[in-house]
Amino acid sequence: MILVYLEHHDGRIEKGSLGVLSKAASLGEAAGVVLGPGAEEVATTAGAFGATKAFALDTPELTAPLPQPRVDALASLVEATGADTVLFGASVLAADIAAGLAARLGAGLNWDLADLELRDGELVGKRPALGDTVLVDVGWKGTPRLGLVRSGALDATETGGSAPVEVFESSFSDFSTQATLVEQTQEEATGPSIEDADVIVAGGRGLGSPEGFTQLEELAAALGGAVAATRAVVDAGWYPYSTQVGQTGKTVAPKLYIACGISGAIQHKVGMQGSGTIVAINKDPNAPIFDFADLGVVGDLHEIVPKLTELVRVHRGS
Amino acid sequence: MKIAVCVKQVPDATAAKRIDPETKRLDRSGEAALNATDLNAVEEAIRLKEAQGGEVVLVSLGPERALESLRKALAMGADRAVLVADEAAAGSDLVATSRILAAALEREQADLVLFGQASSDGDGAVLWAAVADRLRRPLISQVAALTTDGSTVTGKRQTEHGYDTISAPLPAVVAVSDAINEPRYPSLKGIMGAKSKPQETLSLADLGVDAAEAGEAGSRTTVLALGPPPARGESLKIEDDGSAAQKILDYLVERRLL
Ligand SMILES: Cc1cc2nc3c(=O)[nH]c(=O)nc-3n(C[C@H](O)[C@H](O)[C@H](O)COP(=O)(O)OP(=O)(O)OC[C@H]3O[C@@H](n4cnc5c(N)ncnc54)[C@H](O)[C@@H]3O)c2cc1C
Ligand SMILES: Nc1ncnc2c1ncn2[C@@H]1O[C@H](COP(=O)(O)O)[C@@H](O)[C@H]1O
Repeated sequence: MILVYLEHHDGRIEKGSLGVLSKAASLGEAAGVVLGPGAEEVATTAGAFGATKAFALDTPELTAPLPQPRVDALASLVEATGADTVLFGASVLAADIAAGLAARLGAGLNWDLADLELRDGELVGKRPALGDTVLVDVGWKGTPRLGLVRSGALDATETGGSAPVEVFESSFSDFSTQATLVEQTQEEATGPSIEDADVIVAGGRGLGSPEGFTQLEELAAALGGAVAATRAVVDAGWYPYSTQVGQTGKTVAPKLYIACGISGAIQHKVGMQGSGTIVAINKDPNAPIFDFADLGVVGDLHEIVPKLTELVRVHRGS
Repeated sequence: MKIAVCVKQVPDATAAKRIDPETKRLDRSGEAALNATDLNAVEEAIRLKEAQGGEVVLVSLGPERALESLRKALAMGADRAVLVADEAAAGSDLVATSRILAAALEREQADLVLFGQASSDGDGAVLWAAVADRLRRPLISQVAALTTDGSTVTGKRQTEHGYDTISAPLPAVVAVSDAINEPRYPSLKGIMGAKSKPQETLSLADLGVDAAEAGEAGSRTTVLALGPPPARGESLKIEDDGSAAQKILDYLVERRLL
């Protein structure tokens, strides 16, 4: 049996983990696992995405979205069910759970999977590696097999089925409950949403300072677009979280994406690779962003961006 | 406070990375450097030491030549380095790597174990969680801001839903994000002094790790085959000679994006 960890927040299961569940159901008998507040109620959704069963557990240890108690719970469930595979949709939380579980069970973990298939009855993962320059087929030695699926890689399909929910039991290790959630802040979006924009001008650490974003705002205004950012500059407090593109931010697909001073890390790429045309300005000719930009410009953004803004204004005015 | 920082030698960013079709492992023979985001962990450790006193120990698993890369972190201000280098450890996956590193870290008994954001070759951003489980210590990952009073550590972590502030008692494991600080450049004095700082190379036997539990033998994942990635459309790369802005404009006009 394949267990699929269904991550949920405020009663809603993450789309990514439902995509993994749909895939798992196409590979064999799949069960959904929901942990934390409202688990029993939330788990009733699993059947609609192909699960034949769902497991739920809600205890005080699982209230905060922390990984270590979830490792305990999943380890207990793997032992009780004899599941041979546990799959996760990638997220900050899921990655820590999957890796902790790998160590706990001495089980192989393959991450960043873009797809999964059965080959001669064996599970094979498809993993783009080295900045997506090579596609690797990966396998597992022994069971259980653990897999983390790249965010957004698999689509969820509703089958309209239903599945019984079983509440299971788990004990918790002393160290697992030592980390505690002190505070949670959710930044509300302000300004125009980058998800609806046709043109996005995005900035990264190459801007050099928070003030650097003024240049991008001017270019975006000239183009009639919105401004986005990388996690590095959001975490540094240069620009709001609501504008972050990537794995832990938003997924965007504008007609035009202009990346300025962005290295092109895989976690950023997964949020913007669906863009129609990607233009990248970066002074490092080896930056990974040039591997997937349609037009790559090696140069200093501080030189190029103001000039481009001026040229766009003149062009638009004519 | 004693701080251990897990750092890794990776292929240099300028070197073309390739997987050896024979061994199906990453070719590590070329130009190498210390993993860039590990410098943020080293920097954070040095700042904590500067503020509160203590010791910063680098802990790494890699080939013997990785010591050359570790010297950069010693030059920044780390006190000493421990490298686990053993032929039998080559090809270790997450399960095996975490086992070996945990054994090396057990020996150090640091109050705080720091990790970088991700290794540029593996890009798993997962190792810390496996190590924390083996060490049976609390974990805070993706930390963009860190504080400690010597008995607890508090980190601000970005998730898909905003920021979580998480606290844990020491000893603990913390993985930092690359936004946490700006790593310093080593001073000339630091560079000169790095060579003579204690650098210890350990074998698996020194750590009491069975060779069958390490390397490919101790791994639970395999690489079955290598293939080219899906083809992508035409792309153009130009160098700015002063006319790049005009060229971008022309490109956008030509594609009817303006
Ligand atoms: C689990 C996880 C989730 C993550 N989620 C996200 C996410 O959602 N979104 C995201 O963006 N990242 C995410 N990251 C972080 C990601 O791995 C990178 O660290 C981040 O995207 C880097 O941001 P950057 O490109 O701004 O900075 P850097 O990588 O520091 O790149 C800056 C670039 O600017 C260039 N530059 C410098 N000066 C100039 C100049 N004057 N002119 C032109 N170019 C210049 C440099 O050459 C460099 O390439 C995540 C990481 C992890 C581990
Ligand atoms: N071989 C290694 N030796 C020591 N530390 C490592 C090693 N590999 C990875 N790390 C640490 O673990 C972090 C995450 O690595 P990864 O999970 O491979 O992306 C890195 O930023 C390093 O801090």
